[in-house]
Parts: sequence; structure tokens; C-alpha cells
Amino acid sequence: MDLFEYQGKSLFARMGVPVPEGREARTPDAARAAAEDLGGRVVVKAQVQVGGRGKAGGIKLADGPDEAFKHATDILGMDIKGHTVHLVWVEKASDIAAEYYVSFTLDRGVKKHLAIVSARGGMDIEAVAVDEPDAVVKMHIDPVVGLTNWQASEIVYRAKLDRASARKAAAALRKLYAAFVSLDCDLVEVNPLILTGDGEVVALDSKVTLDSNAFFRHPDFEEFRAAFVEEPMEKMARERGLNFIKLDGSVGIIGNGAGLVMSTLDVVSLVGGAASNFLDVGGGAGADTITNALDVLTKDPTVKSVLINIFGGITRCDLVAQGIAEALDGLELRWPIVVRLDGTNAVEGREILQGVVSDSVIPAETMREAAEKAVELAERG
Amino acid sequence: MAIYVDESTRLVVQGLTGSQGRFHGFRNKAYGTNLVAGVTPGKGGTDVDGVPIFDSVAEAVAATGANTSMVFVPPAFAADGILEAAAAEGIELIVAITEGIPAHDEAMAYNYVKQTTGTVLIGPNCPGVLSPGKANVGITPPEIALEGSVGVVSRSGTLTYQAIHELTSRGLGQTTCVGIGGDPVPGTSFVDVLERFQADDDTEAIVMIGEIGGDAEEQAARFIDGYVTKPVVAYVAGVTAPPGKKMGHAGAIISGSSGTAQAKQEALRSVGATVVDDPTSIGEAVTSLL
Repeated sequence: MDLFEYQGKSLFARMGVPVPEGREARTPDAARAAAEDLGGRVVVKAQVQVGGRGKAGGIKLADGPDEAFKHATDILGMDIKGHTVHLVWVEKASDIAAEYYVSFTLDRGVKKHLAIVSARGGMDIEAVAVDEPDAVVKMHIDPVVGLTNWQASEIVYRAKLDRASARKAAAALRKLYAAFVSLDCDLVEVNPLILTGDGEVVALDSKVTLDSNAFFRHPDFEEFRAAFVEEPMEKMARERGLNFIKLDGSVGIIGNGAGLVMSTLDVVSLVGGAASNFLDVGGGAGADTITNALDVLTKDPTVKSVLINIFGGITRCDLVAQGIAEALDGLELRWPIVVRLDGTNAVEGREILQGVVSDSVIPAETMREAAEKAVELAERG
Repeated sequence: MAIYVDESTRLVVQGLTGSQGRFHGFRNKAYGTNLVAGVTPGKGGTDVDGVPIFDSVAEAVAATGANTSMVFVPPAFAADGILEAAAAEGIELIVAITEGIPAHDEAMAYNYVKQTTGTVLIGPNCPGVLSPGKANVGITPPEIALEGSVGVVSRSGTLTYQAIHELTSRGLGQTTCVGIGGDPVPGTSFVDVLERFQADDDTEAIVMIGEIGGDAEEQAARFIDGYVTKPVVAYVAGVTAPPGKKMGHAGAIISGSSGTAQAKQEALRSVGATVVDDPTSIGEAVTSLL
């Protein structure tokens, strides 16, 4: 789960990393009040879950409350790479002497944590890495040991961060790494981590991705969601325990297992159609899971046909068929459903399905045949 | 020969007293797998349908000579379960089925096991290993498999079943089917499994099922180029997946330009693998190569 900048900074502050003082604002008036409250010069920053805000005009410096009001008026409602700004963060302007780049993530190839640090922060780090590879220092961290003192210090020297404040920079790295691990983040990125005029090291930005598999350790993290504007169908699916992603096509997809569902989207595309969603019911889906999944798709006006592709392992095909039958009774389905069942209890499942076969419930033998039928029906419908 | 599991497998199931562990543990046993013990802390001394339960993996190994552990422990405790199995002298293979383990737990367990005990870890978040006619350690429905000469390795669960089904329905049996799992830090990689299939005299062809995210398929391609002489049929799921969206599996995400299905297909094709763009074509492709 990607956090807003201010949410990430609240986690940094919790771990002892200095961050500028700030306030949330959802209206220009609230931004003015925040600026009055903070005093002096402030920065008004768009809160969106996407990079490149600065270039898009989503970050502006204000001399005082009136200007903060004006900037907030401009920024709120702005579209940044398809994300609408509903919230700005108003924070005290910082005195910047140097801008660094810091990130911690998992290097999947090496299977260890990876620290990336550069003295050339504040800009597009990928461009720096291409133009001046030596300016970007990368170091692997053994997840069993963690980031040691010597490593933090070594990174600071190799990245040529300011020598006079090297201890503070190394301490900030260790605290950010501690946040990365103990708060179960997939990514902690700070660009820029700044050195202030009086030698302090401060996180001026944050990009934090939380590992939702670890939310059982951090029940309070669910509260971050309250600030997000979630796509209604994705929200409905999540609340029902379904893995759903909205796509652009017209064939609704329901399947069990991420790989099989991904593959189903590909085969639909291969036979000339396009999927309107990714929906994985997971392992061990019962009849109600299938009914729930179909219910979610009824909320999508772009769906013209639905393809249910099940290869039962833990999942039982008879329960899937039963779920389809129940949905036909209880829900108003506007589109035909093509069903392919294989694996555990497929014979029983197909029998149940035979009882409800009609123009709008069509069995298919193979994945490819199912995709062809579903695409044809979507084009007709 | 089969790889990883066969008639010499002596299986202990961590979490045999839970509903999933019990269902699959006993399905494995019914298939002929030598299920010798279960482990649930606090329930030592009891039994489940005649299979003795121990408080720890070490005790189970001492009493039964178990050499393989299957982990069915809930996500919050699964990494600890893997460490416990690795620490038990005598356990040579750990198959971790559990889905949803926090990424940091997984990375820690992987590195600890690799550096400290060297025990082979398959998974987590995987369907396990099935050697048709010999042993099944995992959740793959065994009735879809057939004994034969094709090795199957896959990052996905149900897509593995799909691939096995395509092979079996054309009379193409399998030596071993290995699900390595869809998480960011799998204990066993494509390369590890390819190495074993290449060395296995009974395996005549290899089917490899990849998906978007990471660079495991590209690493596999480099390995195939240098070491694999047997024919390889590959399928990569997620050609139409949009960047930046996690497609169900924690590891299945295209970030920027890396991890795309197209790049993986190209890498595999360039080293001579037969890349099919539809799982239904897997059986046909293998038939034409054998």
C-alpha cells in the first residue's frame, strides 16, 4: 500500500527521523489557517500516490497565509498523472544546504536489502544513475544482520555526503532502515533528505510502500486508508476478500489463483478481446465467494460478458457451480457467463452447471475455447 | 528418477492438526507419501488418525527419522516455522506452503537458512512438489498428474495445475512438478530446479511457467544458455498486465520497464526455449520437441 507523503513522514517522525512541522489541508481556507498556525514561509504540497509532483506544479513555496491560500486553490483539484489532488500538506519551509537521495528496498535478484544513497538528490535519481553512475552508491544489507554502524558510515563517505554532518547522516540512515524493517515497508525512499544551514539532517519528502501481508503486526496502518480515494469496485472487492484490479476492456474475468487469472487475461487478449478486470477469488473459494465476485462485476457498466475460469486444487468446482447457480437466483446479471471448470470435483461441478445452462450460462471445455466464446459474446452484447 | 521428493521422503507436517494441514497432509499420505509425523507445539504426545504429533520438529526427526518438512503454519508464525525446520538436524528439504508471509520475515528466513544450515527451501506461497507415482508434498491435486519424463517448474499454483493437465491430457507424464511460489524471495529459484532437471536422467524435456515481476526468468534464460541441453518449453503469464499493479502474487508486479512478460519471453526465446503464448499450447509444443 502506497502512502501519501505526510503519512510516510508521520512514520519517520515516530522512528526519530527529523521532519518539518506541517498540517493537512483539504480546502484553501484550511491551508491559510495552517500557514497562520505554522508562521513564516511555508510549502504547499499536493498529496498524491504518484511521483513527479514538483514538475507538474504540485509543490509551491508561499511567503505567508494569503499566498498559501492562493497556491492551495491552484493545487487542489489538479490532475497529476491521472491522480486528482484532494489534499495538500502545508509545512514550514526549510533552509536547504544540500539535497541527498536515500532509499531502502528489497533486491529480488540478490535476495537482500538494498540501500541506494546519493549526494545528488532532489532530482530524477534514475537520470543521475545513468549520467554519473559513480554518484549513486548502492550497498546490499544482509536481512539477518541489518544495517550496521560501519555500513551506514561507509555509505555516507562513499556517497560523499557532507563530512561535517556525516554522523547525523549515518544516524538518519539507520533510523530510516529501522523504519523500513520494523514497520514492514516494501520501500522507503527519501528524495530529498536534506542538510539544513545549521547542519541538521531532515527528511523533506517520503515515499513509503507498506507490506499489506504484515498488517497483522500494525493494525493502526489500516487507518491510512481513510485518506485515500479508493475506486468503489476495488473497495467493495477488498472488503469481500477478493483480489480485484479494474482494467479497460469488456470481458469480466473471475478465476482462482493469480497466475491462472493473469494467463486468462492474456488469452482473452490473444483471441482479440480485452479484459475489464483482474479478479482472483484465491484458494478454497466457496459458493458465496463466487456470488460475491459476480456481485462486484454487476457494478461495472463496461462488462459485456463474463468468463469464469477455475482450475480446482483447494477450490472445489462443485462449490463454484453452486455459487453461479445462487448468483443467477439472487442477483440481476445483465451479461452471459462462460464457465470453464477443471480439477477438484469438476465432474460434480459440471453436473450442477448443466442444470442451469441457458443462453446466458455457457460451459466451455478449455481455457482457449472459453476465451473465444466470452470475447464473441462481449462483441455481440 | 524424480527430484526433491520420492519414495525415500519421510514427511513431517508442521501444522498437521490445522484444517488445511490435515486435509493436504492426509491427501499426500493417501497418494503414497510416507507421512511419519506432525508438529504442533503443545500437542505433543497426541496423534491425528494414527500419525504421531510432536511439540517440535527436532523431536519429530529424532523419533521418526523425518527428512522433509512441509510448513502449513499461519503467516505470522511461518518464518519461525521454517527456521525451526532448518535447525532440526536431519531435515534436508523444507516445503513452505503458507501464503502471505511478510516480506521481511521471508527475506530473513531465506538468508538465515541459506547461510547457516544450507537446507533446501521450496516456497513459501507455493503448491509444493509432486513426483507422480512416488510422492506428493504439497497441495497439487495428484489425480491430474501422470508418471513420465517431463519436468515442470512454475511460479504459480493453479497455472501449474493447468500445465500438468495439458501434458497429462496428451499422454505426456511428468518426472516431477515443482511449484517455486509467487513471492519476492522464493527459497528455490528456476535456476536451482533447472539444474536438477538437467542432471536427472529420466527428465527428457522441461516445462517452465513464469510470470511478470523480478528477473527470475531472465536468470533462468542465462542458465539455460550455458547449461541446459534438454528442450525447454516456456510460458510467461501477464503479457497484458498493467505496470505498477500487483497481480495477486506479492512478486507479480511490473515496476517501470523491468519485469515485463515481453522481456522474459524474449530472453527465453533468445536462448532457444520454445515460448508459447497460450497455456493450452504447452502439450502440443512438448510433443513436437520429443
